[in-house]
Amino acid sequence: MTHVGSPLPRLEDARLLAGRGRFTDDVHPDGLLEAHVLRSPHGHARIARIDAAAARALPGVVAVFTFDDLVGVERQMPMILPDRRILHPKTQLLLAAEVVRYVGEPVAFVVAETRYLAEDAAELIEVAYEPLPAASALADAASPGGRPVHADVPDNVAGADEIGFGDAAAALAASPRRLRRRFDLARGHAQPLEPRATVARFDADTDLLTVWDTTQGPIPARAALAAMLGLGIDQVRVIAGDIGGGFGPKMVLYPEEVLVAHAAMRLGRPVKWVEDRMESFVATASEREQIHEVEVGFDEEGRLLGLVDHFWYETGAYIPYGLNTPFVTTMHLLGLYRVPALAVSFQAVFTNRMFVCPYRGAGRPYSAFVIERIMDLIARELGLEPAEVRRRNLIPPEAMPYRYPLTYWDGGPVEFDSGDYPGMLEEALARVGYREIRAAQAAARGEGRYVGVAAAAYCEITGIGPYEGTRVRVQPGGRITVATGVGSQGQGHHTTLAQIVADELGVAPERIEVTVGDTAQFDWGIGSFASRGAVTAGNAARIAARKVARQAREWASEMLEVDAGDLELAEGSVRLKGVPEVGVPLEEIARRADPARGRIGRDPETFRPGLEADGFFNPAQGTMGAGFHACAVEVDPSTGTVAILKYVVVHDCGTVINPLIVEGQVVGGAALGIGGAFYERVAYDEEAQLLTSTYMDYLIPTASEVPAIDVVHFESRSPHNPLGVKGVGEAGTLPVAPALVGAIEDALAPFGATFMTMPLAGPDAVRAAIRAACAARGEEGCRASGPV
Amino acid sequence: MADGKVAVALTVNGERREALVEPRLLLSDFIRHVLRLTGTHVGCEHGVCGACTVLVDGAACRSCLLFAVQANGAEIVTVEGLAGPDGALAPLQQAFRDCHALQCGYCTPGFLISAHAFLRDTPDAAERSDAEIRSALSGNLCRCTGYQAIVKAVRQAAPAYREAGLEERR
Ligand code: FES
Ligand code: FES
Repeated sequence: MTHVGSPLPRLEDARLLAGRGRFTDDVHPDGLLEAHVLRSPHGHARIARIDAAAARALPGVVAVFTFDDLVGVERQMPMILPDRRILHPKTQLLLAAEVVRYVGEPVAFVVAETRYLAEDAAELIEVAYEPLPAASALADAASPGGRPVHADVPDNVAGADEIGFGDAAAALAASPRRLRRRFDLARGHAQPLEPRATVARFDADTDLLTVWDTTQGPIPARAALAAMLGLGIDQVRVIAGDIGGGFGPKMVLYPEEVLVAHAAMRLGRPVKWVEDRMESFVATASEREQIHEVEVGFDEEGRLLGLVDHFWYETGAYIPYGLNTPFVTTMHLLGLYRVPALAVSFQAVFTNRMFVCPYRGAGRPYSAFVIERIMDLIARELGLEPAEVRRRNLIPPEAMPYRYPLTYWDGGPVEFDSGDYPGMLEEALARVGYREIRAAQAAARGEGRYVGVAAAAYCEITGIGPYEGTRVRVQPGGRITVATGVGSQGQGHHTTLAQIVADELGVAPERIEVTVGDTAQFDWGIGSFASRGAVTAGNAARIAARKVARQAREWASEMLEVDAGDLELAEGSVRLKGVPEVGVPLEEIARRADPARGRIGRDPETFRPGLEADGFFNPAQGTMGAGFHACAVEVDPSTGTVAILKYVVVHDCGTVINPLIVEGQVVGGAALGIGGAFYERVAYDEEAQLLTSTYMDYLIPTASEVPAIDVVHFESRSPHNPLGVKGVGEAGTLPVAPALVGAIEDALAPFGATFMTMPLAGPDAVRAAIRAACAARGEEGCRASGPV
Repeated sequence: MADGKVAVALTVNGERREALVEPRLLLSDFIRHVLRLTGTHVGCEHGVCGACTVLVDGAACRSCLLFAVQANGAEIVTVEGLAGPDGALAPLQQAFRDCHALQCGYCTPGFLISAHAFLRDTPDAAERSDAEIRSALSGNLCRCTGYQAIVKAVRQAAPAYREAGLEERR
């Protein structure tokens, strides 16, 4: 029986459904203190004075830390992803000292008997601020004479890069047709439903610090905490138990994680801090914005000949996560298309806003928006079907593996390793009913109904290195445990890893207990991000399980006095092929492999006791996930409302380990994308005050806004890892905005409305686009459908 | 009233509980931190996400919008009270598992309580349109699943509620 590929309901579900999950805020050690962070109310200000005397005097308050009170801890936050292209590697202080640079920057850390008291005390702290001019919008911060965020960086440019191949300028000059556009892509926020939280307990008897933390990267978090607190990594245990969604921002290390651990050590009592929702908006990293100025050259058939893009990327007030996101944007800018020449450059720009980090898709939703909008614009320019323009430019299966002369950030190539892109496009068009809708469109318009259809492609380099590892162990009592450093924020690693190991050991997946994200169980690895868990940890689990299977066969061959090659692992035993009654259960072998007395007689160079092995997978390069989203919409031009009539995702993530889980990832990703395309926009005013800090202002789609989503798996194995998997964590999100915008534009073709921004920000934006298009041409088109 | 604290007595998942609480203590914090029933989650504390939903005298309520003192004398059911006495998952919980209606599981307790109230009050839920089921669930946010599997799970659990309802009336 093979378990890889089967739709096994998840093994981790029962406890989550019964209310027995173990989320960070559920941890409640004896003697617990609770913390609250006093934050900057200004986008940019000098701190003249802080007076915490009244707060310290409040009964129940145990400590108030300001910058000056932090001792025995490194006070500068680290650069998480240093990079030679960063000109100014600015990170924040644990607590602001002289200047605050975004609304929400931590200024003081209050620890009290309860959180209610800590919040009371924070209100008693007096901070005298002298407001400074704030750089709010990206466009302003990037323009000459903008307001500097850091006094020593007058132009606000944090870093820059240029990437490309071929002579793009010459290619454009020689192109029969050219087209130039600007795209404005706004800030969005991942908003996992569980806010960030950290609990720390320091045991002075053993000098051990335990930190429960909502992190996507417990092992790097441990390293950073140890370094900042002056401890060895063996003295710090980070437990990332159940995590209520991650999507990127929980990969980042934040000051609060360090402040909690520091306070627990200083005060000798456990300390907890839990973010509230408003804090998550001001003080958890968000992503974007980007402004692209793109020029493309193409021929009369709509084939791309060259692309030149310059974009500005907003990094916020600091740049701990480096240039990862804009770099990823550049690498995916050509989508699934063959283009002979590319020149792309970007500048990362400081603003007085919360710093940014990769968020599900990590820069790819922007590259998908740009290239897919260009496909639609070319089609319109030449009077072609948008689907046909895509068909003409797609990388064909016979060109695989197809490489661009670009080097990805793992050092590997940008390679389209396997798949049938034209086949996937045709499937997406057929499923959404592209031809039928086209045929019926004119008649519908006659009845005053505006229906449109579109498809958009995505690609994502997934499953990159450097490595992940997994430990597999058969215990003498029969428990089979699997541990990995890759945490889970809902992706189902407990189940998929059990499926992989079950196949190798010949046991039921239900027998396997998977632990993720506890550095005491396994402490080599990086974390879950960039759609890499299944590829890296999955293959590592397979490697470790195979080693254990080999050990089991070797021991069993001694015990049964048969040749190891004649043995198989099945039904929990190692048994003679074809003679199932001759066999020995795994737990018995585990006991034999760890004897209390006697002689073992193995080669000391290779011997290890027990049935246990570590497996590590270090991919030579990433693998390319790819696919198409297609959708049909109906737009009411008089109200600007958009109804999604049909939504289809055709995707290729290589081998599907568990179709239930993969489909869940894709559908969930698409819902996130719909939010990003329509509703979600992090808005700041001119003084860099955040305007969207509740779920009443920042609109997350509910079940009523998300349509049914039809998912089709195209499985083409990746040649770059033994399981043949490609990552899928972000696939659902990437081309949602261009697919929807394409369909809306198609519906509104009689008006000629166009959309070059993301998100659309609701019906108002749709109506504004119609009005703008009408104004540009005189009122004719508008009157046809009544007042708009 | 001692220390400005107020006595509350209520029934939670069939058990009588008493405590002295500050009047400003939220019901959600009372359930989580005083009673240590951590299945009920807090996602926004401003009444939008629904993660904190519990039954108060049979009605699905957001416990972050109530003070513990307001629930004095009430009968509360939290996610911990949904499973059978032997700990076996209720049909609704089982349907969530079968349909992969949870990913991170943070929103799940709130969805279970909201869906439970909906199914209990809507004997013909299985015949209702997707749009109606979606609208019944639209007071709860989920950031992971895209809702599709949750809608499917609610539909799958509907017959069990109808049967239980008929049983009760008999
Ligand atoms: S926590 Fe109560 S509605 Fe969000
Ligand atoms: S499963 Fe994560 S928020 Fe719903």
